[in-house]
Amino acid sequence: METNGLTLKTGLAEMLKGGVIMDVTNAIQAKIAEDAGAVSVMALERVPADIRAEGGIARMAPPKKIREIMDTVSIPVMAKVRIGHFVEAQILEALGVDYIDESEVLTPADDEHHIDKQAFKVPFVCGCRDLGEALRRIAEGAAMIRTKGEAGSGNIVEAVRHLRRVMREMKILHALPEEELVHKAKELGAPYELVRMVAKDAKLPVPNFAAGGIATPADAALCMQLGAETCFVGSGIFKSNDPEKRAKAIVKAVTHYRDPDILLQVSEDLGEPMKGIDVAKLDESELLQTRGW
Amino acid sequence: MRNRRIGILALQGDFALHGVSLRAAGAETVDVRVSRQLDDLDGLVIPGGESTALLKLMEGTDFFEAIRGFHDRGGALYGTCAGVILLASRVGSPAQPSIGLLDVDIQRNGYGRQVDSFETSVPVPLLGDPPLPMIFIRAPVIRSVGAGVEILAELRGRPVMVRSGRILATTFHPELTPDTRIHRLFASMCAPVGRGRCVASVGGSVLR
Repeated sequence: METNGLTLKTGLAEMLKGGVIMDVTNAIQAKIAEDAGAVSVMALERVPADIRAEGGIARMAPPKKIREIMDTVSIPVMAKVRIGHFVEAQILEALGVDYIDESEVLTPADDEHHIDKQAFKVPFVCGCRDLGEALRRIAEGAAMIRTKGEAGSGNIVEAVRHLRRVMREMKILHALPEEELVHKAKELGAPYELVRMVAKDAKLPVPNFAAGGIATPADAALCMQLGAETCFVGSGIFKSNDPEKRAKAIVKAVTHYRDPDILLQVSEDLGEPMKGIDVAKLDESELLQTRGW
Repeated sequence: MRNRRIGILALQGDFALHGVSLRAAGAETVDVRVSRQLDDLDGLVIPGGESTALLKLMEGTDFFEAIRGFHDRGGALYGTCAGVILLASRVGSPAQPSIGLLDVDIQRNGYGRQVDSFETSVPVPLLGDPPLPMIFIRAPVIRSVGAGVEILAELRGRPVMVRSGRILATTFHPELTPDTRIHRLFASMCAPVGRGRCVASVGGSVLR
């Protein structure tokens, strides 16, 4: 008897732990990422910083581009679909990508509903800003959760805020008496069964990764010390002036995130990081993190 | 008898879950991030993860030599999935460097991509009943084994669990299941190292 379930989906996320998942827009970048020690690459048409700069509707990357990346590297390949766009997801599943990111970085296709991720064999990762959002995504079938942060900003402040909030909310749940959990579930807008699970274990039932604004080895180690289990790095690598070196440095920083001597060593002579933007100066309508429901 | 002290290579991958299984099997565990930590161990687990990332993280360190030296001194080794790829003597699709202590020919991603990952149960005579739950995640395939390698379980005509002296290898992930029989078997293979005792025994009862 051979079956196919959530264990296989979260299982791959377990294998990615302590690694770095890098955004790439072509096969050459994918190869650089793999050679630098990335555990996986995210195939995109444009990195978030360019999506932000260029505007317009951001959609799933063209299959040809994703296939080219899949043919180039031996590590798992992820790709993004628009929130709620289950047909883009069906296409990526048919293409054979290893993970789908239902992502706020792309322009949402549905302003009320996310994809029913249980219906797919391919696993999904989704972003969150708080515990309620994380548990709603898990209820829909997400097998990995990441913070949203503020993609393409090169600014770690939002990822830190989201990570701290999720960790804090889990600790609070863990401390609450059983009879308060029903009300708490209502407050969080999350299914009671998942709320009970988190209250018992003080952790998410799926791996919890960081994303959105990581630009330096120190940013990555910060997220790890705050409780993230792996880091996604988007624009931070290929928008810096020495992607190869920075990619390798961030990989080492995630492994040795508690070792300041190694963090110092990998932080030297990295060249210029991506420039970045002050998220506080962005207009509400320019934020990507507010997409998703 | 003191508890076995077993290291888990914690550069990248699902090392934390191996820790849970090994402690449930009665072992004391250590997360290994630098090679000098091997000095004080009886066994080492090389977990699943991405073998290319693990290799990159070992580059510029003496981990390869340190693991070979650890094994020479009597240390036991257990590799799962990517860990078997690192221990294998020959790696294909694509070819890549390896520690080379386990005489097998292995092909990366031998079953396909993530959508081809699967779970099943397979009888393992050495472990007795019931059949062992096995989870294969983008798993490699062992194409052939050398003369000194004992095949402990097979699936679809290919070895999925092998043993060679003090080295145990599974292309699947027992640490993703609550079944701790494999980790108890490995703990029994870890005799105290460097304390002037005979260390070569791998037989005997699995259940201590």
